[in-house]
Amino acid sequence: MIPAAISALLLQLLHVALALAAAPLLVGSTRFAKSRLQGRRGPSPIQPYRDLLRLLRKETVLAHDASWIFRVTPYLVFSIMTVAAAMVPMFVLDLPLARAGDLIAIVALIATARFFQSLAGLDIGTAFGGIGASREALIGSLAEPAVLMVAFALALVAGTTALPAIARFVLSGGVGVEVSLALALIAFLIVAIAENGRVPVDNPATHLELTMVHEAMVLEYSGRNLALIEAAQMLKLLVFISLISALFAPWGMASAEDGLDFLEVLAGIAVFGLHLLVAAILIAAVELAIAKMRVFRVVEFLGGAFILAVLAVVFRFVTEAS
Amino acid sequence: MLTLTLLGLLLLVALGLAAPFLRPHRLAPRLVHGLTGAMALALGVAAAIRLLAGGDVSELDLPFGLPWTGVHFRLDDLSCFFMAAINIASPMVMVFADGYARRQAEPARALAPLPVFLAACNLVLLANDAFVFLLAWELMSVATWLLVLANHRDAESRNAAFVYLAMASLSLLLLLLAFGAVAGGDGDFRFSAMREATERPALATVAVLLAMLGCGVKAGLVPLHIWLPLAHPAAPSHVSALLSGVMVKIALYGLARILFDLVGPPVWWWGVTLVVAGALSALLGILYALMQRDLKRLLAYSTIENVGLVVFALGLSLSFRANELFDLSALALAAALAHVLNHAFFKSLLFCGAGVIHEATHERDIEKLGGLVRRMPYTSLFMLMGALAAAGLPPLNGFVSEWLILQAVFASSSLQDNLPRLIVPLTGAALALTAALAAAGFVRAFGIAFLGRPRSEAAAKAVEPTGSMLTGLALLAGSCLVLGVFPVIGLKLAESAAHGVVGVDLPAGAIGWLFVSPLGSGGAAYAGFFVFLAILGMALGVRAFLGRIWPERRRRAAAWDCGFPDPNPATQYTASGYSQPLRRVFATSVFQARETVDMPPPGDARPAHLEVRLVDPAWNWGAEPVRRAIEAVTLRLNALQFLSIRRYLSLMFAALVTLLLIVAAGQQ
Amino acid sequence: MFSTIAYDLSHLAGATVLLAGFVVLYQRRLLGVFRAFALQSLAVAAAAAWQAYSQDAPHLYVTAAIAFLLKGIAAPIALNWIVRRLDIHRTVETAVGIGPTMLAGVGLVVLATLLVLPVTVSSAALTRETLAIALSVVLIGFLVMITRRNAITQVVGFMSLENGLVLAAVGVKGMPLVVEMSVAFSLLIAFILFGIFFFRIRERFDTLDLQSIESFRGERR
Repeated sequence: MIPAAISALLLQLLHVALALAAAPLLVGSTRFAKSRLQGRRGPSPIQPYRDLLRLLRKETVLAHDASWIFRVTPYLVFSIMTVAAAMVPMFVLDLPLARAGDLIAIVALIATARFFQSLAGLDIGTAFGGIGASREALIGSLAEPAVLMVAFALALVAGTTALPAIARFVLSGGVGVEVSLALALIAFLIVAIAENGRVPVDNPATHLELTMVHEAMVLEYSGRNLALIEAAQMLKLLVFISLISALFAPWGMASAEDGLDFLEVLAGIAVFGLHLLVAAILIAAVELAIAKMRVFRVVEFLGGAFILAVLAVVFRFVTEAS
Repeated sequence: MLTLTLLGLLLLVALGLAAPFLRPHRLAPRLVHGLTGAMALALGVAAAIRLLAGGDVSELDLPFGLPWTGVHFRLDDLSCFFMAAINIASPMVMVFADGYARRQAEPARALAPLPVFLAACNLVLLANDAFVFLLAWELMSVATWLLVLANHRDAESRNAAFVYLAMASLSLLLLLLAFGAVAGGDGDFRFSAMREATERPALATVAVLLAMLGCGVKAGLVPLHIWLPLAHPAAPSHVSALLSGVMVKIALYGLARILFDLVGPPVWWWGVTLVVAGALSALLGILYALMQRDLKRLLAYSTIENVGLVVFALGLSLSFRANELFDLSALALAAALAHVLNHAFFKSLLFCGAGVIHEATHERDIEKLGGLVRRMPYTSLFMLMGALAAAGLPPLNGFVSEWLILQAVFASSSLQDNLPRLIVPLTGAALALTAALAAAGFVRAFGIAFLGRPRSEAAAKAVEPTGSMLTGLALLAGSCLVLGVFPVIGLKLAESAAHGVVGVDLPAGAIGWLFVSPLGSGGAAYAGFFVFLAILGMALGVRAFLGRIWPERRRRAAAWDCGFPDPNPATQYTASGYSQPLRRVFATSVFQARETVDMPPPGDARPAHLEVRLVDPAWNWGAEPVRRAIEAVTLRLNALQFLSIRRYLSLMFAALVTLLLIVAAGQQ
Repeated sequence: MFSTIAYDLSHLAGATVLLAGFVVLYQRRLLGVFRAFALQSLAVAAAAAWQAYSQDAPHLYVTAAIAFLLKGIAAPIALNWIVRRLDIHRTVETAVGIGPTMLAGVGLVVLATLLVLPVTVSSAALTRETLAIALSVVLIGFLVMITRRNAITQVVGFMSLENGLVLAAVGVKGMPLVVEMSVAFSLLIAFILFGIFFFRIRERFDTLDLQSIESFRGERR
């Protein structure tokens, strides 16, 4: 028998390794599904790995005005996203790092990454960096209240904001068809779309100057720096999808509480892979169906998410007051 | 200990009185700052130790002062906490001031009031009767007024000092009436008597409202904040740091003292009022900060935001208390106090940093700065830490207390009354918006001032400070990091104080060295140390790993900028440009933000011009009408200055007779 | 176990009605407004049908059918037809911006909740919630009528208000059918009236913007 502490640590490492490995595949499959739905052949799902590898091997070109903040940011953003990914349960509940922070802490970590990325956007002193940082501030500051209201609704339903506890509560089946949860889920989906810069808020494939948000911020990056930033962005998508799956559909997750079964872990991984696949296809379908909004329309979109989340909380209060 | 503390305060006052005579001496500033800092450090550390060791409440009555009352002092957990919170950050500010004040135009002017100010602040904490409290409160106001007036040749400073003095007098008046209402007909102004009163005073409602207004004015609660964004930029930077880090905290102490201690068990609407006022302050404060170009004014508005957060948490704690949920009340109070402590450090840091920038460039407008990160690497590192803390982001200290406040919000469903149950989540949403806007605001402040290319000659030639200025910044930044990575240090203090007030401990193991789990071990947790360690380790590891496999080849080149780089720094994003989307979304209705664009016709060589106009509703609808009314009344009363002696005498006679009539009527 | 499912489903239907009300507020295109309104009516029909089943009250099936046929299918088609026929401008003309109206909507929901909770402390949780939701839907219908300029959106607001009334009526046990019938008929009459009205306005002023009528009556300066 392996001692519990060591097995937990090993699992945590496996979790991080899987997250790092799965993130590019997730993005690759999304692109693949999208191009198939568009009737194109499209690049293979493993193309993002090749891109990252190529970028890592390339020479780094830094602008003359780049300061240490610009050079530190890729490493920081990447490691913050990795830590955030390590804190979200994906296929096992109760990993060591899942206790290091609740939903709020994870949201705050993502905000820290955004903080540094915006600073890096402003660092070179180009108009594009500024435009990206400025729009990111708008989107971020509208998305964050919505997330917190979602967290509030979840805290009301499950009594805590700790992710494993919420997942366990949902698993226990005492929820039923809860309207608050449904509203919170819709709100969270909208936020996830906005935070990850997907259509209709931002277009990850665009390089048309006036429409880009995230791409404008990272325009000056090249070589390994760009690789890290891109990897972080992929991880972010993974984090949001695994948050959704952990909060609203945690079925199949292995529980680490009463000793781990090897098969259980494998099953958890399989189910998680399935979740990712579904998510990739869904994202592709949604992106094909909707056109990108102009920036000030995003305000209403995210405002809608916020209002849904507030409604989720209010409903919960009505139900509870008995 | 109480006696020793009082002697220490007396020493500070003596130092302040002696300072004018030391003035000619070259070493006078260093002596005054050094002694003040040392005394503050001693007070702060002693208070912290006493708080953690769980000392008893000590009281001291001295037989002078007002006849038939004497003066009363008392040192309990709440005052100990505030003593620690204000006195541990201020020595670091003093270290900074040692280097900074010397470069001011008239360094000696701020020298004498400084120790007196600190002594007065501490005296407020020790007061155990309304007389001492108000006396110390007023001494604090006057000392602050002198400090704000340090640059008295500047018309803006004089105006700011005047507005401050007017608002401080208003605050004193309101508090005087509030204590009168608490004391009631018996007129016993000892706090111990108020505390021992078995039933809620008859005028409790009036007293609470007056206390909220009186302390709100001093703390800068919206819409009573108008003096704050004027006084902070006008004062020298170390004074601004003390205003935000110390004086505003004393106002919050007054609020907590009166509401939690003196007026008896709370009614539900007290908490709700504070919750709404706090959320409003936080949101409007940060929105206004987002629109500012003046760095120190921006920081001043951010102080309003943080005061709002603390008041919100205090209100939450009162609401829990009114519902007899004492453990949650303790949690919310501990969160409020922790934020008081954290804010003292990061706001002092930011104001001192603003002072450094002003010294180096003589600029406070961030749109004329830029590129400082290359000229001042250390300052920018410390300011970055301050900005992260003020934005409430992990792993710095600002995050910990904001996280705790949110945890208290999440627990609000156990409230029983329907109105607070619905209002707290909605205001909690406002708080979430505040947090997000704060992050955007500090990206803007730091990014525009420090990053990019210099937008002015002065910014291009800025030089990093040396010696004590940098040391002061480093100490403050280090404290912010330590308090964020090991939140237990600050939280233990806050928990002890909350225990002293509410009488209930947080759940066992709620605050550990590694984990903070305020609702017990099963609930939400945050481990600042692990998060910090994991991020740092990961970043360094990735760097080393990549460097080993593919040794980095690096080249410097012109910026890419989609192929059209423009070397002119004026093409960079400005602070106004950065906040334009947020301004359009939020400020159009609240601040009536209007943009006027002056676009010259083709062929005209004059530059295009964009002007943004903002209106502070508190000025337009609050202060302006009052000012006009006062002016109108005083114009009428002006005639009284030119009466004959006989008329003056008859006025006095009329007043005397009226008072006698009132007394006679009261005896019936 | 059955009771929780009954509860959850009616709760879900009610929430969908309210949500559709918000979608009506959020939409900027007339056709989107109609679609959202159709969704709302379908949800009302579903709620009524579910109540009919769970309360074992067959007359509610009639209500459900009326809501389904008249408001869920006929009304949107008719509205679409009017828009196409009259070639009306297809954007919603707002008197107050979308964001503020949404916030006002949330405020109204909170208000409705606060009003209903203390009044109905004694009744079952289900009734209370249905009442809170129904009152919110009514208030939001009002809000649509107030904050949207175009006469067609006002009709939609009116009908969605009526949806709220039906929701309240089916939620309470023992409500006789007469009420719903009269409500449905009043809706029908109102709808026909408005339809004729549109044609008349259109003939006269070449627009459906109520501002033009106001200026005709001399109300605007």
